[in-house]
Amino acid sequence: MNSLSDMLGMGGHGIYVWSSYAITLFVLALNVVQPWLARRRLVNEEARRRRREVM
Amino acid sequence: MNWSFFHKLGSPKWFYDISGRWLPWFAVAGVALLVVGSIWGLFFAPQDYQQGNSFRIIYIHVPAAFVAQSCYMMLAVAGVVSLVWRMKLADVALKCAAPIGAWMTFVALLTGAIWGKPTWGTYWVWDARLTSMLILLFLYFGIIALGQAISNRETSAKATAVLAIVGTVNIPIIKYSVDWWNTLHQPATFKVTAKPAMPVEMWLPLLLMVLGFYALFTVSLLMRMRLEVLRREQKTRWVRETLEKLS
Repeated sequence: MNSLSDMLGMGGHGIYVWSSYAITLFVLALNVVQPWLARRRLVNEEARRRRREVM
Repeated sequence: MNWSFFHKLGSPKWFYDISGRWLPWFAVAGVALLVVGSIWGLFFAPQDYQQGNSFRIIYIHVPAAFVAQSCYMMLAVAGVVSLVWRMKLADVALKCAAPIGAWMTFVALLTGAIWGKPTWGTYWVWDARLTSMLILLFLYFGIIALGQAISNRETSAKATAVLAIVGTVNIPIIKYSVDWWNTLHQPATFKVTAKPAMPVEMWLPLLLMVLGFYALFTVSLLMRMRLEVLRREQKTRWVRETLEKLS
């Protein structure tokens, strides 16, 4: 028996367990990455505005 | 009582500085707790004698549901502070926490549905617990939509605060739904007054995951609030200087 595939298969429940964990990981990551990207966007916009003012 | 703490809390700059110092600690703790908790829960916790391996979904389902409900309570508290003391930071907290709460409710509902398939034989039933959680999701949607629909900041703060407070009626309904009605959903795994209905090697990873979810919720909330503070105070000198240093 392949022990790795046993471990990942979880006795037929693998698909349910792994899909749940994958979705959750995606949502958690999204909730951190999204504000981080928005913050970078704000910083860049402000930098561009400042350059325009100098010119 | 010394109220200077409360006044400082209302200052956006003070909040921005202090939250910047806390943020990395919450992030490190959250990631560590979630990594350890998931590996423990997925590979080392024993199987459930009735549900087999599908019960491992509990390690994300229960923490997400906890955070979804506590986040709503936080919204209501922020709503009271925002209405009574007109504290702008409370409105910022309310507006920034609502989407995270909605996401957590979504995760709780979705992982619950996936768990339901092998356990109950169906993804969805109109059971009291499931339905009251769905109402919680719609309450979050309502608060987000209301906040975006009203352009006047003061009116928007008042309206969302009132909706957040009124919606708390749903929280005890969620909590006691499994006791009041004959639900398909299993009763609470943890009670404050009783010993957990699980062996320690099953509930300890769950505790880590709950703490990890709360830590990551805090990280996301602080990041969103800091961004919102920068946006709202963009005309002030300290924000201009902060943004200049960042670029």
